[in-house]
This record gives sequence, C-alpha cells and structure tokens, in this order.
Amino acid sequence: MKVQSASAATPQLELSTGESSRAVLRGDWTLRRLSPVSTSIRRRLLDAGEHTAWDLTDVRRLDSFGATLLWRAWHGRWPARLNAPEACRRVLERSARASTLKLPKPAAYRLGDATAALGTWVFGCGEHLLAFIRLVGQLCLDLGYLLVHPGDWPLREISANVFKVGVKAMPVAALVGFLIGVVLSYLSALQLKAYGADIFIVDILGMGIIRELGPVLVSVLVAGRSGSAMTAQIGVMRVTEEIDALTALGISRTQRLVLPKVLALTFSMPLLVLWTSASALLGGMLSAWLQLDLSVGFFIETLPRAVPLANVFIGLAKGAAFGMLIALIACHFGLRIEPNTESLSANTTASVVTAITLVILADAVFAIATRSVGIPG
Amino acid sequence: MSAIPVVELHDISTRFGNKVVHEGLDLEIEAGEMVALVGGSGSGKTTLLRHIIGLTRPAGGRVKLFGEDLFSGGIAMQRQRRRRFGVLFQQGALFSALNVAENIALPLRELKLATAAEIEDLVALKLDMVGLHPDDALLMPAQLSGGMIKRVALARALALEPELLLLDEPTAGLDPERSASFVALIRTLHKALELTVVLVTHDVDTLKALATQVAVLADGRIVSMASVAATQESDHPFIKRFFATAARRPTEQGSH
Repeated sequence: MKVQSASAATPQLELSTGESSRAVLRGDWTLRRLSPVSTSIRRRLLDAGEHTAWDLTDVRRLDSFGATLLWRAWHGRWPARLNAPEACRRVLERSARASTLKLPKPAAYRLGDATAALGTWVFGCGEHLLAFIRLVGQLCLDLGYLLVHPGDWPLREISANVFKVGVKAMPVAALVGFLIGVVLSYLSALQLKAYGADIFIVDILGMGIIRELGPVLVSVLVAGRSGSAMTAQIGVMRVTEEIDALTALGISRTQRLVLPKVLALTFSMPLLVLWTSASALLGGMLSAWLQLDLSVGFFIETLPRAVPLANVFIGLAKGAAFGMLIALIACHFGLRIEPNTESLSANTTASVVTAITLVILADAVFAIATRSVGIPG
Repeated sequence: MSAIPVVELHDISTRFGNKVVHEGLDLEIEAGEMVALVGGSGSGKTTLLRHIIGLTRPAGGRVKLFGEDLFSGGIAMQRQRRRRFGVLFQQGALFSALNVAENIALPLRELKLATAAEIEDLVALKLDMVGLHPDDALLMPAQLSGGMIKRVALARALALEPELLLLDEPTAGLDPERSASFVALIRTLHKALELTVVLVTHDVDTLKALATQVAVLADGRIVSMASVAATQESDHPFIKRFFATAARRPTEQGSH
C-alpha cells in the first residue's frame, strides 16, 4: 500500500513527439518529490517543442518550485494548448507573475570602485584616529571629573576587571612563559657550549626576557585573550542596546565601561609581566641546569650582576603602556560595532590585529627611547 | 494518507531543573488545520514549539512529525524531514550578514537543487507572496522595519515549500495595523499553499482571526483542543481569564 502511494507521488513526465506532440504530467510536482529527479526532468522538459500540448490533469500537487520549472520550460509564455485544473493554474499564475518581477542586481565591481574603496579606507583610517583621540580625550575628562568627585570611582568594575584580565590570565601566562624560557635556554645553550661561554646564558636570558620578551609575550597573550573579549563584550552590548540604555540612564559609558577596563589592564599588565618573566626565567634556569650543568644557586647569584635593575623597571613600564594601549584599542573597536554579525567579527579581528601591531610598534619606540638605559657596561 | 496527523505529541514531559513545565502532554494536529497554541507566560508554549522543531528534546514522551519519529532514521532522513516544515522565529532570526534576497535564497542554495536562474525566480515569487517589493531584495536586515523582518522571515520559511509552518508569536511587536495585515497574509498563504500551521500566540485578535483550532496549554498539559467558539465556552479558569482580559480591552481603548 505504502509503496503504491509512493510511486503515485513520484513526478512523471510522458513526452510523445511527432506531429501532435503531447506532454502528460503525473504525480506530485513538489520540491520534495522533484529533488531526486530534478536534473533529468529539467532536461526532458526542454525536449518538449513549442507546439506541445500540455496535460496537467493528473498532477496531484504542484508547488512554486514545480511551477517555476514548468514556466522556464515554456520560456516564460503560456503554451497554446494547456489542460490544467484550476488549482494548478493558480500556482502557475503566481510563477508567471513573479517572473515579470525583476530583482535589482547588485552593482558590478569596476576600477572606479577600487579607487573609491581605497579612498574610503584612507578616510576610514583618519576617522579611526579621530575617534580614538576623542575616546582618549573623553577618558581624560572622566579622570578629571573623578579627581573632583572621588566618590564616583567605579571601584567595583575596576576590581572585577583586574580579576578577569589579570588573575584569570595567570595560569596560561605562567605556562607559556615557562615553555618559552625552556626553549630559549635550550637553543642558546647549544650555541654557547660550542664557544665554551656557558655562563653567558644568564646574561642572555636575563636581558632578553626581563627587558624584551616578557612584556611583548604577555601583550600578545592579553591582546588575544582579554582584548578580543572586551571588544566582543562592548559590541554585543551595542547590539542589544545596553549601551544606549546606560546613556539614557545618565551613566557615562566611558566612565563605567571603558575607564575600568583601561585602568584594570594598565594596573594588572605590569604584574602579569613580572609573573610571566619570572616563570620564563624559572624555565630557563631549569633548562640551563639540565643542559649546561649550571646550578640554580649560581644562576640566581649571577642574575642581578648581569641585568641592571633599570631593566626590570623598563619591563614594568612597557607592561603598563602596552596594557593601556590594548584596552584602549579594544574599547575603541568595540564601540564601533554595528548590529550585525559581520561587523562583530570584523571589528574583533581588527581589534586584536591592531593591538598586537601597535604593541610591537610601541616596543620599537621603547627600544629607541631607552637605548642607553640599563645596558650593562 | 490524510489519516496520519502532521504533528503528534505523546506523553511529553519537560523539566527545567526542579520546575516541571510539561507533564503527560498529548497533542495531535491534523493536516490543513491552523492551530493556535495559547497559554500563560512561562507555560512552555515556545518550549513545546522547540520540541516540535527538534531544537530541544523533551525529558520523556514522543514527538512524531508526518507520522514518523522526529529523531528516527539517519542524518539524511532527519534532514529531509526538517525540510518539510518552515519556522518563523519570534525575532525573525534573519542572517544579518546577508541581504533579503540572499536570506530567502539560502535554503534553496543549500539544497543544491535549483539553478541560479530558478532561484532568482523563486526569490521574486516568495517576495511577491509575502507582499514585498522586488526593490527590497538588496536591503540588509538591519535596514528593515519590524513588519518587514517578519515578512522576509516568513518568505524564508516558505522557501522550501513546507507542508507545515510553525509561527512563534507572529504578531508580537507589530502595531495593530501591521499586525492585521500580517494576519491576513498568513490566512491567504494558509489557503493558497494548503499548509498546516501551528502558531504560538497570546494575542486574542490574532487567534480569533486565524485559528481553526485552539490548543490551550495550562498546568503542564493541553487542557482543551477545540474551535475558537467552543474554547470560549469552556469554564477552565485560565481560559476564562484569557478571554475576559481580551474582552475588556476594546472598551479601555475606546475611553482614550
């Protein structure tokens, strides 16, 4: 019984060619039933000539997909000889009507558009810069306001953010730092051994990690971990109109959303740098001990002599500066997100990429500015 | 074939933590009906709809669509079954990265069945069906008004020629005029396409205008399944309250 009803539902096309060519359609001409046979049916429909008589009386169901197939086979004209029940005719009429409606085409891409796109990009960069300066200016005004009204400090938000971006990042920062320390020490040890300059491992690791690698490593990690989260959070708050609600309630969005993030990251980054550098040195120390037989005691004793204290402060200052930069960029891009998924992903990507690029740029500036500070003479 | 109910829920139970939402719920929906699912806030109307779609699974009981168990068969079978119904989500759930035409074309493109020219014809057809102008095709969802979002979402739900249409609060968030025209549209489509429709609503006007059957969800089960007139006669406390609130409203509006 079931098999029979299934075969009755299968769309069939009987085509007789010759002088009095006839096309007889049977079964369900619906998307679901046509899907297994659509290619062959489409081809066979095209075989029917212009003067074919069409018989649709045995069609049990016809939907818009079936009707569109037929209408295209008829080249957008009613066939001269058509025998169709009223229900089928109505569906076909809908398709006929729709085929006269032309959807507008998206404009084609031309060379002029490429020029325009480049121009838009350049102006966009300028606009980014302006908006960024405006954000920083607003934050300065907020800080000024908070100095006069010390009761308004968003202390809870700051502490929550310190926990989120600082404390929760500690395990992963320690792990990455430790492994980098081990690798760096191992690779340097191979070279140093060849020259018999084993004890210089302390200088290399100390200077490299404390002054340079620690801050940059943490920045990349934090930009990926916390920067993206900040952008996405502010972005979703924009999408769900929460930011508008804050403004409507008379609460400054920079003061409540941006400032706590910037301050929290500026405070926690130096600490994270210290923590990561320490674990990187620990990893390097262990590796040196195993590889070069350099005792841990000797390493710790030599370290302060090899690395002047100024380097630690340079590392901490870099941490604070990079942290502020990452948070500012994350918030800047977050506030630009428009209410659609594409914009969310594009701005989050831009936020992380810009943050990392600018951190490395800022690192270069630091290197030039501090080139005569803390270098062991 | 017409003897098999399109939707068949048997002994459904749902719990969120300790809260019992459905308990021993039975519901059968025949082909061609337009069933309104009503119930108080938090009575689990939308949850029940999500069970039918297969987005959530009830803790107990069976959901059957078109006479087959919702989760029976392989991936291909389940996918094919899903294509037999269309869903209009409450907020429209349009893909915000795609424009109107692409939103409607997406299910057809995914099916890899129709040619590009056919898809274009079908998109124009669906737009026409839901009363939108072809020029709206290039708009992005963010540029649409609430009423237009619903219409585009309805067009997308109809893209695969479904036999069953599920509507979650179709008139929520629309002003009375838009709401009335959307209701009229649903009624026309129901007739023209011979659809079975299940709609979740709390709007009595929508319900009276559309439903051939009303299923009332209260105390975790369907307490009444009858025509609108018969439901109004019922003396279940929830049903009485439901219609009484609606009867009071027009006079309130008149006094303004």
